[in-house]
Amino acid sequence: MQKVFTRPKTLKDCPTHYCPGCGHGIAHRLITEVIDELGVSGKTIGIAPVGCAVLAYDYIDVDMIEVAHGRAPAVATGMKRTNPDKIVFSYQGDGDLAAIGTAEIIHAAHRAEQLTVVFINNAVFGMTGGQMAPTTMLGQITATTQQGRQADGQGYPLQVCELLNILPGAIYIERCGLCSPAHIRKAKAALKHAFELQMNNAKGLSLVELLSPCPTYWRLSPPDAMLWIQNEMTKVFPLGKLKG
Amino acid sequence: MSGKVLMCGNEAMAESAIQAGLDAYFGYPITPQNEVTAYMSKRMAEEGRVFVQSESELAAVNMVFGASATGKRTMTSSSSPGISLMQEGISYLAGAELPCVIVNVMRGGPGLGNIAPSQGDYFQAVKGGGHGDYHCIVFGPSGVQEWVDIMPLAFDLADLYRIPVMILADGILGQMMEPVVIPKDARRKTQDPGLPKKDWALTGAEGRKQNIVRSLWLADGAIERHNYDLQARYRQIEKNETLCEQYKVDDADIVIVAYGIAARIVRGAVDKARKEGIKAGLIRPITLWPFPTEQISRAADEPRIFLVVEMSCGQMVEDVRLAVAGKTPVVFWGRPGGGIPTVEQVFGQIRELTIKPKREK
Repeated sequence: MQKVFTRPKTLKDCPTHYCPGCGHGIAHRLITEVIDELGVSGKTIGIAPVGCAVLAYDYIDVDMIEVAHGRAPAVATGMKRTNPDKIVFSYQGDGDLAAIGTAEIIHAAHRAEQLTVVFINNAVFGMTGGQMAPTTMLGQITATTQQGRQADGQGYPLQVCELLNILPGAIYIERCGLCSPAHIRKAKAALKHAFELQMNNAKGLSLVELLSPCPTYWRLSPPDAMLWIQNEMTKVFPLGKLKG
Repeated sequence: MSGKVLMCGNEAMAESAIQAGLDAYFGYPITPQNEVTAYMSKRMAEEGRVFVQSESELAAVNMVFGASATGKRTMTSSSSPGISLMQEGISYLAGAELPCVIVNVMRGGPGLGNIAPSQGDYFQAVKGGGHGDYHCIVFGPSGVQEWVDIMPLAFDLADLYRIPVMILADGILGQMMEPVVIPKDARRKTQDPGLPKKDWALTGAEGRKQNIVRSLWLADGAIERHNYDLQARYRQIEKNETLCEQYKVDDADIVIVAYGIAARIVRGAVDKARKEGIKAGLIRPITLWPFPTEQISRAADEPRIFLVVEMSCGQMVEDVRLAVAGKTPVVFWGRPGGGIPTVEQVFGQIRELTIKPKREK
């Protein structure tokens, strides 16, 4: 019998700590598939965020570091500048990248750092218990927007891709959704492109935003969470390539 | 660069770091240490090494975090307000056991303060600064040559103990020009009794198991054990690496304790006192952590007065009092916020104390 589907070599064989229906597991799998297919597991350095994916190194079997909340693009800068032959990627959530680490991501892109950034947008703070993120949708109920997020006083959902798109140092920006098999295949192609750009020494930063389900704090079933991405989130966070 | 040259402290220190094998410098401009970023920008490019002007001190210390995690020799420099911003990163560096050198060219505070020399960051440097139970090795050079000589040692100790090392300088040392000799290629050879291999570094897991650099330990009791490991290392550092200078202490009736540029001024006051027939001496901690507790304690076994002189409202004096442990009086005199003590002022204190000794409660 021929084996047609197997666990990527770079994805560790261990029980997951993520909630049922969480998108992190899908994102981890896509990244490790890409690392395997490109044959770069021995020269890749990954950066885990603060948030639900802080233990990403328990799953992704490459050299990894865990850093202060939001500072991954600065840490990545220090790594890549001193090790131009290595592939450096950061894995950051919406609290990490779009709230506390806004300065670091903008300036890493602004300096055209040769990095790959995987940006997980699930519109909520997961690990701290489902509070508002900068990317929380208007009207969305969270632990800190109990009446639903109001633009007046709580601001609008932050569109990171569109924000970075104006910077010449950001050379590849694409938003994908982990919300159906077809979307997930597209996300993998985007991640692969982002890694390839770095392997080809392309002069600038690549960012792939992944709209990712958080059934627990959206209070939805896993299938409904995927539908919510397709039907609601994509209205504010349109899918597609912005550049590169 | 060979032979004796005339350089300001900021530039001489930077060149010494380059000679000590610095791979990457990251920094954000702040007075009074702007010579460092400018000098590094030029010299690191000449050496084909890494210089990045960061968007903030937060970013600078995290760039150091990244470079250090890959096994490189790396440093940053700043002045007091910028060092405050770096405290988060310093705590992470200590927790993740990453070697690096951080230079603080202190200025007046609190807040934006001023740009005059000060020693107001002693507590922050030696008592932790960031969150958690940790220490940095802290040096307090009192001249440009000593600062230059400390740099290769600082990098070596950082690598040896996997610990951030801080240099506590000040605006005078940074700006002051002195003749110095900068040792060439001062990096310790990685031979016995050389430095340990950085087999923990993130270099790509080719042909070996994954390396992880972390400061998060969630398992039951794991961070408690990690703390005990760090503490054991700190005890070793206290035993092996404490440095202090004693000047005319043996027969002294009054011992002044001072570090950095303040110690330079005190030395002048001690000489003046001796000329006037007052038996004064100086104990000058060169490492502020580990602190020369034993040396001070031994000196306090004799019936003599201790005077602590700082360019602050009194910070190191607390460590001196702990070392003296009530055996003999400890008096403080200092000037905060950029006030620079003069030899005459310190001599005045010495004279007053030796004529009618004060007992403090």
